[in-house]
Amino acid sequence: MKSSDNSRREFLATTLLAGATLAGCGGNPFTPEELSDVKPSGEMVKLLSVDGEIIEVDKAFLKPVPELPALSNTEARVGIPGKKFAMVIDLSRCKSVKKCQTACNHMHHIHPGQNWIKVYPMQDSEKTAPYWQPTTCMHCDEPPCVKVCPVDATFKRKDGIVLIDSDRCVGCRFCMAACPYSSRVFNWEEPKIEKEIADKPYSCETSVPQKIGTVGKCDFCPDMVRQGNLPHCVSACPNGVFFFGDILEDAVTNGAETFRFSELIKDKAGYRLMEDLGTKPSVYYLPPVNRNFPFENIEEDKKS
Amino acid sequence: MEKLAENKIIEDLLPQKFGKKGQMWVISLLAICALGFYAYCRQLYFGLEVTALRDYVSWGIYISNFVFFVAISLVGSLITAVLRLTNVQWSTPLTRIAEIIAVSAIAFAGLIIIVDMGRPDRFYNLFTHGRLQSPIIWDVIVITTYLVISLLLLYFPLLPDLKIMISFKERNGKWLQKFYELIGSFWKNKPEQFKITNKAINILSITIIPVAFAIHTVTSWLFATTYRPGWDSTNFGAYFISGAFLVGSGAVLIAMYIFRTQYKLEQYITEHHFDKMGKVVVLLALIYLYFNINEFLVPAFKMKKSEEEHLMGLFTGEFSSIFWFAISASMFLPIFILIFKKGRRPKWAFIAGILVVVGSWFKRYLIVTPTLLHPFLPMYDVPKNYLHYFPSWEEWSIAGGSLAGVLLVITFFARIFPIIPIHETIIETDSHEKV
Repeated sequence: MKSSDNSRREFLATTLLAGATLAGCGGNPFTPEELSDVKPSGEMVKLLSVDGEIIEVDKAFLKPVPELPALSNTEARVGIPGKKFAMVIDLSRCKSVKKCQTACNHMHHIHPGQNWIKVYPMQDSEKTAPYWQPTTCMHCDEPPCVKVCPVDATFKRKDGIVLIDSDRCVGCRFCMAACPYSSRVFNWEEPKIEKEIADKPYSCETSVPQKIGTVGKCDFCPDMVRQGNLPHCVSACPNGVFFFGDILEDAVTNGAETFRFSELIKDKAGYRLMEDLGTKPSVYYLPPVNRNFPFENIEEDKKS
Repeated sequence: MEKLAENKIIEDLLPQKFGKKGQMWVISLLAICALGFYAYCRQLYFGLEVTALRDYVSWGIYISNFVFFVAISLVGSLITAVLRLTNVQWSTPLTRIAEIIAVSAIAFAGLIIIVDMGRPDRFYNLFTHGRLQSPIIWDVIVITTYLVISLLLLYFPLLPDLKIMISFKERNGKWLQKFYELIGSFWKNKPEQFKITNKAINILSITIIPVAFAIHTVTSWLFATTYRPGWDSTNFGAYFISGAFLVGSGAVLIAMYIFRTQYKLEQYITEHHFDKMGKVVVLLALIYLYFNINEFLVPAFKMKKSEEEHLMGLFTGEFSSIFWFAISASMFLPIFILIFKKGRRPKWAFIAGILVVVGSWFKRYLIVTPTLLHPFLPMYDVPKNYLHYFPSWEEWSIAGGSLAGVLLVITFFARIFPIIPIHETIIETDSHEKV
């Protein structure tokens, strides 16, 4: 564990240094008195402030923002304190555009053909209406996968997220057999990713890079959430199907709209998948009523 | 048993060198093992991609082979422990056969589970990060316990025989002599030594019964602790154990016949033994049939939506031919053959044994795979080869190699040690004469 931490710190330090050099600023970016030492270069850069005003800043004062938080495996296993994450998926808005899937596959460098997010065409019985059902990992509060894992490689965090530690997974695939939502995939072969990605230091929170012989699944993008951003599927969806938020704050958002979680579930009669199994998912569904789109299964229509 | 002189018994039962047939047998087994080893090297190099396993069918013939091995190993406890504790006399010549089948099968069960792992290089994680709540850890604990107890149950009764073998110095050759002396030279046939080993064997015989039940119950729980149709069953522990005793006894029938004919042991493994074992197999097949009826009739009566696809796949769908073959070969046909007195003659009993073992292997396959092809959410948005499972040549070779490995261990054991306990046979003949 120690050594991977070190390599991560080193990695961060080098990227920071590289960034600092690029920004035309010498010296150690970690020393606090550094700012007073900075000599204005005279080269000004135009920036957009948070108030929407255009401001000019000397280039020498720009500091690169680290992409990855320096996070130990122990911290990644505990989770973000004081949070309990949940997702609400509004089935009345989904028309299977699958932008969620594309964004997820792209950001997590998932093996071609495999998906962490799936958009199922569902029809509960012959005479009931068909609808699209996107599924992620349910991040259950009673996760069957965590119960069966022999080595604590998949674990439940205090903030409700279920993660996989690909550095510990032994590849027994008991979790895949245990998960009733089929949300887990296995890296059967060496992941087909560019060297640059493969060389990134692994973190349970980014799930990148995926490793051969281990299990992967939707991770609720804790790296994004830690930075105050939304998971990739949520921000990628053009129809605002996915809402993400913190149950303790009682708020969920799809980026454009924000709702009180409890009211949204109450007003729209939210439910969870396979409630009878007692897995207590963190993903809630809003029924496909008053839909924004008619159900059209283009793939099936093409086939027939 | 007929009257036999001590010398003749020893002469008959001492391990023999391989003949032409024996050599061919060993060479072919070694070849199969070598192919399996090559296939495993490929798997180590390329990853589990070389198998036909994919995200839906993530457990295949490695796991069904594992279940098969654990099952067959249960016979050791049945013949050495259960029959011993119930004072059954006729089973004496069969104890060592049963015990070596048990040891060899359980050892390969452990190996094949490592073969199934995606990251065998991280095997040590099971010890450094093991969590007691996972049924896999329970399995690791009980299987190693069972292996140790079985080894001891094989070794202790062997001690008096080792003393006999050490006395045949010229016959043994240098290396075997050294080996026998290493593991058995402390044995002097003293009454105290017999007292201690008998006590130890009794204690082990009692201990091994709950451990044997545990290994196969826990193995069934690897499936029954999940939600999936076909696995989510409270019947599973008893269903697995009854099936395990059946397949192990079938294997003993096969081994009895082969040792009897190849080593000319007609006077020791008699028609009487086939008659008795045949009856045991009929009883066990009937018990297994009972649990099968429980396992399939009850859910089929209700036909819950999640179970329906799975059950129909077995009864009339894509798995129906294997299903009905497995049911008839492992239960109906052996019962039909062995229920008749003529059917319990060596040759027919041997055929019944083969049917039981082959049928049971396919039964294990059916327990593992069809369930995985019927998940709760439909199989969707995956490459086409994810929707079916037919093992790759690497999987067949590795599974075949492990089966050949079990046979090889048994073969070499019979080459080095007397497969029928010499000392116990002499004692029993003596006591018969006194009566």
